[in-house]
Amino acid sequence: MIPPLIVERALQAGLDLIAIADHNASANAAAVMDAARGTGLRVLPGMELLTREEVHLVCLFDTLEQSAAWQFEVDRALPNLRNRAEALGEQFVVDAAGDFVRRDERMRSIAANIALERAVARVDALGGLAIPAHIDRPAYGLIPTLGFFPPGLNVVAAELSRRISAAEARRRFRLPENIALIRASDAHWLDAIGSAVTEFELETRSVESLRRALKGKRFVIRDA
Amino acid sequence: MIVREIVQALGLQVVAGNAALNRQITGGYSADLLSCVMARAKTGNVWVTLQAHPNVVAIAALLEVAAVIITEGVPVPEEVIAKANAEKVPLLSTPHTTFWVVGQLTHLGLSAQE
Repeated sequence: MIPPLIVERALQAGLDLIAIADHNASANAAAVMDAARGTGLRVLPGMELLTREEVHLVCLFDTLEQSAAWQFEVDRALPNLRNRAEALGEQFVVDAAGDFVRRDERMRSIAANIALERAVARVDALGGLAIPAHIDRPAYGLIPTLGFFPPGLNVVAAELSRRISAAEARRRFRLPENIALIRASDAHWLDAIGSAVTEFELETRSVESLRRALKGKRFVIRDA
Repeated sequence: MIVREIVQALGLQVVAGNAALNRQITGGYSADLLSCVMARAKTGNVWVTLQAHPNVVAIAALLEVAAVIITEGVPVPEEVIAKANAEKVPLLSTPHTTFWVVGQLTHLGLSAQE
């Protein structure tokens, strides 16, 4: 998935706000932000953190400074192992045109030694927004991994896979009423971009506006 | 067999729940996916896991497991210790792996209750 094609596909899908959230990594966000310049598409730099408990937590930021600060903390907590590309896949960093910049040699598919609650607090402190991803999914979903929604987990929203409706998730997982439930494509290939969309009423396309819209329930899930 | 006996036999560190070490152990269970634990661990089991999240204590109390053994020296957060003491859930720590612990427990005569 090279940056110009991600931008093109997102625009074709009618999106005007996306986030780049690689696994324990953020090095490719800048290139997609660059590729989107002048197109009307807003790209948030983010990350899909794998916490110590093996829960996927999407971390969204407004600026590359914030995502770099978060990456620094994550890298300190990530076991220092080399990626095994033949088994786990290549980890390329590319530029805005999609050209090769470098190979990320650090293994990023393993859990960072950061507890879920701590990660949420740190992302908040950096001005970001933390959202547990696909909480219903057996692999790395919060509910299967931790058994139930941890009381007092300080998030405004949780994301669902396409396997479950918001109403059913709320009932089955006994989710707190104030947790907003959204859906995103979690696109791992181009065709998946836009396959699940949440439409927000936003003042600006920023993390703070997203947080307000989530708290005020000013959004609707639109499945493709 | 009571919890105190496995503490001694395996050299476990009692992190919390000192008040409940005389509890009887009925068998053993091991998993790190807490939804599986909720579905399959039984009252009186000793539960061997790598997880040290606050939900572990809630589930241990709910199921009335005899004790939780947290393996590989995973640090147990303060709030988890406080909660376990309040709920009288023995939290036992070891630097050994889950595999090692289960092997020792089996050797002591504990078995799974499937």
